[in-house]
Amino acid sequence: MIYLQLLWVFVKIGVLGFGGGYAMLSLIQHEVVEHYAWMTTTEFADMVAISQMTPGPISINLATYVGYNTAGLGGSLLASFALCLPSVIMVYLILRLFMSKRNNALMDNTLKGLKPAIAGLIFAAGLSMMNTQNFVDFGRGQYNISVIICVLAFVASYFFKANPILLIVLSGVVGFFAY
Amino acid sequence: MKKPLQLFLTFFKIGAFTLGGGYAMLSMVEKAVVDQKKWIPNDEFWDMIAVVQSLPGVFAVNTALYVGHRVAGRSGAFAAMLGAIIPSITIILLLATVFREYRDQPVVERIFKGIRPCVVALILAPSLRMIKSAKVTWKTAIIPIITVFLIWWCKISPAYVILVAIVGSLIYALIINKKAKGKEVKP
Repeated sequence: MIYLQLLWVFVKIGVLGFGGGYAMLSLIQHEVVEHYAWMTTTEFADMVAISQMTPGPISINLATYVGYNTAGLGGSLLASFALCLPSVIMVYLILRLFMSKRNNALMDNTLKGLKPAIAGLIFAAGLSMMNTQNFVDFGRGQYNISVIICVLAFVASYFFKANPILLIVLSGVVGFFAY
Repeated sequence: MKKPLQLFLTFFKIGAFTLGGGYAMLSMVEKAVVDQKKWIPNDEFWDMIAVVQSLPGVFAVNTALYVGHRVAGRSGAFAAMLGAIIPSITIILLLATVFREYRDQPVVERIFKGIRPCVVALILAPSLRMIKSAKVTWKTAIIPIITVFLIWWCKISPAYVILVAIVGSLIYALIINKKAKGKEVKP
């Protein structure tokens, strides 16, 4: 049963995961944290951090971790391959059918239209993670170090394109001394 | 060396050493596949990457599948895909066992308490950058706002939101294409 659920969830994510790794994060977050509760929200945040610091696609990392936690080694392999399965079919079809220029233009414009929605999707994933589990000192009447970390990291990432690995390491150091 | 094995090793190396997601990987793929091995001519490579990029799914996997298939057919595609994902799977499996063991250690817990709010920022930032690059105007700003409202507030599955957005975008694209056709060739 758990295998079927893993297969269904990750095939779905593979089919609908337009717009890169972060867009897939929001799908994974909804299914894995909110719907099936295979992972807590803090575990999800921790895994995103670990994925940023290790090589390889974030979504494969998350699929492997979720599969392993729910159904062991077999689960981890199943989840990762389920995520790749739609790609295998689609790339094969596209190479066989040969994409004509006209279809390509249609696809380009569709994706352009899809982009604002995907941006909203990713933003919603970030908002869903803004809770007292991830912001431990929020509303406790102390200095809100977690809020400060979040704001500074956002500014550094958005305005100065700071390296995400550097930001994660720095916030880890801050956490070590602050908590 | 047989081509599928070469493909496997090439993508294994790339999968094991590139940090920073799909786009960081792309220049390494180009260097290996176009410059060094000369498996695919430069212009064809970038043409196909444009198509592969528009597909859903893991970008690195899609790229590996395309290059593998183009170079050595089905077995090539399979070998390249395995090469691209095996390093990730191995690293995470190793880390998962370690992480389970040490997660509750006070030191680890303290470090991650600092990291979690940073992760939230790292997810919010690219979404706003995407809005900027999509040239969202005050009129089209309603799209991301509704999306956020539906997913975050109403807890509707992003899957449904994407499906509706695809249908909407497709209709929009069909209208644009028709208009472009009416004008015939653009300058």
